[in-house]
Amino acid sequence: MQHQSTKRPTVGLFVTCLVDLFRPSVGFAAVKLIEEAGCTVDVPMTQTCCGQPAYNSGDREDTREIAKATIAAFEEFDYVVAPSGSCTGMLKKHYPALFAGDPAWESRAAEFSKKVHELVSFLADEMKVEGVTAKLTATATYHDSCSGLRELGIHDQPRKLLASVEGLKIAEMQEADVCCGFGGTFCVKYSDISNAIVTKKTANIETAGADMLLAGDLGCLMNMAGKLKRDGSSIEVRHVAEVLAGMTDQPPIGGAN
Amino acid sequence: MQIRSPEFKANSVKALSDAQLQKALGNVRAGFIDKRKKAVDALPEFDALRENGKAIKDHTLANLDLYLENYEAQVKAAGGHVHWAETAEDARRIILDLCASRGVKTVTKGKSMISEEIALNDALEAAGVRPVETDLGEYIIQLRGEHPSHIIAPAVHLNKEQIEADFRRVHTHLPADRELVEHEKLLTEARAVLREQYFKADLGITGANFLVAETGSSIIVTNEGNGDLTQILPRIHVVVASIEKVVPTLEDAAQILRLLARSATGQDMSVYTTISTGGRREGDPDGPDEYHVVLLDNGRSSMLGTEFQEMLRCIRCGACMNHCPVYHAVGGHAYGWVYPGPMGAVLTPSLIGVDKGGHLPNASTFCGRCESVCPMKIPLPKMMRHWREREFERGLNPAAARYGLKAWAFFARRPSLYRFFASLGIPVLSAAGGAKHRFSWLPFAGGWTKYRELPAPEGRTFLQQWAQREAKKQEPVR
Repeated sequence: MQHQSTKRPTVGLFVTCLVDLFRPSVGFAAVKLIEEAGCTVDVPMTQTCCGQPAYNSGDREDTREIAKATIAAFEEFDYVVAPSGSCTGMLKKHYPALFAGDPAWESRAAEFSKKVHELVSFLADEMKVEGVTAKLTATATYHDSCSGLRELGIHDQPRKLLASVEGLKIAEMQEADVCCGFGGTFCVKYSDISNAIVTKKTANIETAGADMLLAGDLGCLMNMAGKLKRDGSSIEVRHVAEVLAGMTDQPPIGGAN
Repeated sequence: MQIRSPEFKANSVKALSDAQLQKALGNVRAGFIDKRKKAVDALPEFDALRENGKAIKDHTLANLDLYLENYEAQVKAAGGHVHWAETAEDARRIILDLCASRGVKTVTKGKSMISEEIALNDALEAAGVRPVETDLGEYIIQLRGEHPSHIIAPAVHLNKEQIEADFRRVHTHLPADRELVEHEKLLTEARAVLREQYFKADLGITGANFLVAETGSSIIVTNEGNGDLTQILPRIHVVVASIEKVVPTLEDAAQILRLLARSATGQDMSVYTTISTGGRREGDPDGPDEYHVVLLDNGRSSMLGTEFQEMLRCIRCGACMNHCPVYHAVGGHAYGWVYPGPMGAVLTPSLIGVDKGGHLPNASTFCGRCESVCPMKIPLPKMMRHWREREFERGLNPAAARYGLKAWAFFARRPSLYRFFASLGIPVLSAAGGAKHRFSWLPFAGGWTKYRELPAPEGRTFLQQWAQREAKKQEPVR
């Protein structure tokens, strides 16, 4: 997207409902990172959720209404950025499909979709951020959340920026690209299967030899943190934005041990 | 075969607690994924081939009637017969009639998922005809009275020790003290037992990976050569195949063959690729006297022109299930009918109805790994979502889920109410989380807390804090 070099690009932060309700510090970390990348951030108050729970449950009518409100709330910005691959995928990839053939909304959804970016890939790919100033003495392992990885191609960007955090080591886990078993409502509708999947995931996390687990999606993080804490693991779980912004004062997701 | 898809949840709980099954499922992850990746990485044009394969199938499906008629004409020209079967019942009747009129006592069978779909073995046995599966995996599960748990590796749910026990139980004509621990010993024994059956058989049934419209040929790929012996040695060869297996030309089939084995087993090509066109001609050294094709629809034509048409591109490589975390967890039998994994989650509701197969498209995390490895680029998660939409429209999903969803959507559609209630409730929930910042149990969250802690909210919501921060900025500086 073109913007005049004299004027800072405007970013509407789509904070996501999970971050809004459960982990506001991820939202503030996102604001800090986007501002440091040279943008002006605003947060429209009329946002709620991207609509995925309705969309993935087959309820297209509610999804469309939620999508219309989201598009209307964010149309004024140069960019729309969300700290989640899954919600970004919904806004960027699925909103246009929802309005295919709708004369009033098809082009609005398409225009909106072009502005939408996931936080870390926005920093690395759009704002050409090469590194961050954060420091943290820890060994972290990074889980590739499915939507970010496969819908948006997010893989190298978080690793590149994490590599610039002074004192931070990365220990890759086996099968980092395999689903954690969250899947939105799947994790409660099919909790036994979800548990089997997250059990394999936490075993891979434990054997990676890291003391911290990072990922870019709060749903997956809450699932993995919930399982690690139930099993008594001391591994700290955080959103990647917290570490990149150097904002790790809050207790980790699901608390410390 | 009996439909057990409505009991998917109970099936999966049983599968998760089956130690033998869980051990065997470990082989799926280890055995298929790395091999496929290696084969795909070694072929730079793989993605271009996928596009090409997709285009071939899309073109064929858009002109399916023409290619099927052309195929039929070419089969007839080669001296064969084509039987159109609208339903599974029609297909069974056609094959049973052939058996009855030709005095068939024993049928050898190459691997065919269509034969599973039409429950052919049960029908043959009921009519006094003995079916003998000749694919090693199919042979093993036939001995056990089971059905395939995987579309290309039917016995993948079993461990070697179980197979050894089955062979000792059934092959009682062999010395009881024989050594049977090595894989190779099991294979040699099965081969020797099956070899006799090929010569006894009056009729051989194979499936088809492709039907070629320009030549009237059927093509099968196998790794054991059992398909060749099945179709060449008996006096009658019957091909059972569904209508979407047709491709226009041999060149088209060759293009898709480059995708098939790489996606399935990580081989460049399967060991045997066998093209058969009609029966034995004058001067041929061998081959069947009669060549028949049973073309099955069984609901597929009603998928044309719908959001499920793209499913008909499927070439049954099994890559989707090999990469599916849900399949890895519960195996193929939990899906409760013929087709498991992501392709089954889309196809099964099409063939048996979403009222019976509805669990399958719901039991997905939408991780998208299936679509990312599908050689035919079938948007499997998208089509599973379409099934969920059909269910929702018809009110087939559970009432509790519907009311929960509607309550959530009520707030998601009303931002000020959402903010108001969140700003009241979330700080309370946060405080209730205490010093541990998590819950081991919470009312209405049993699905979550059965296996995991629920992380507590940090405190006030982001929107609440942001609004206050912005309001402060507006205050005049003193």
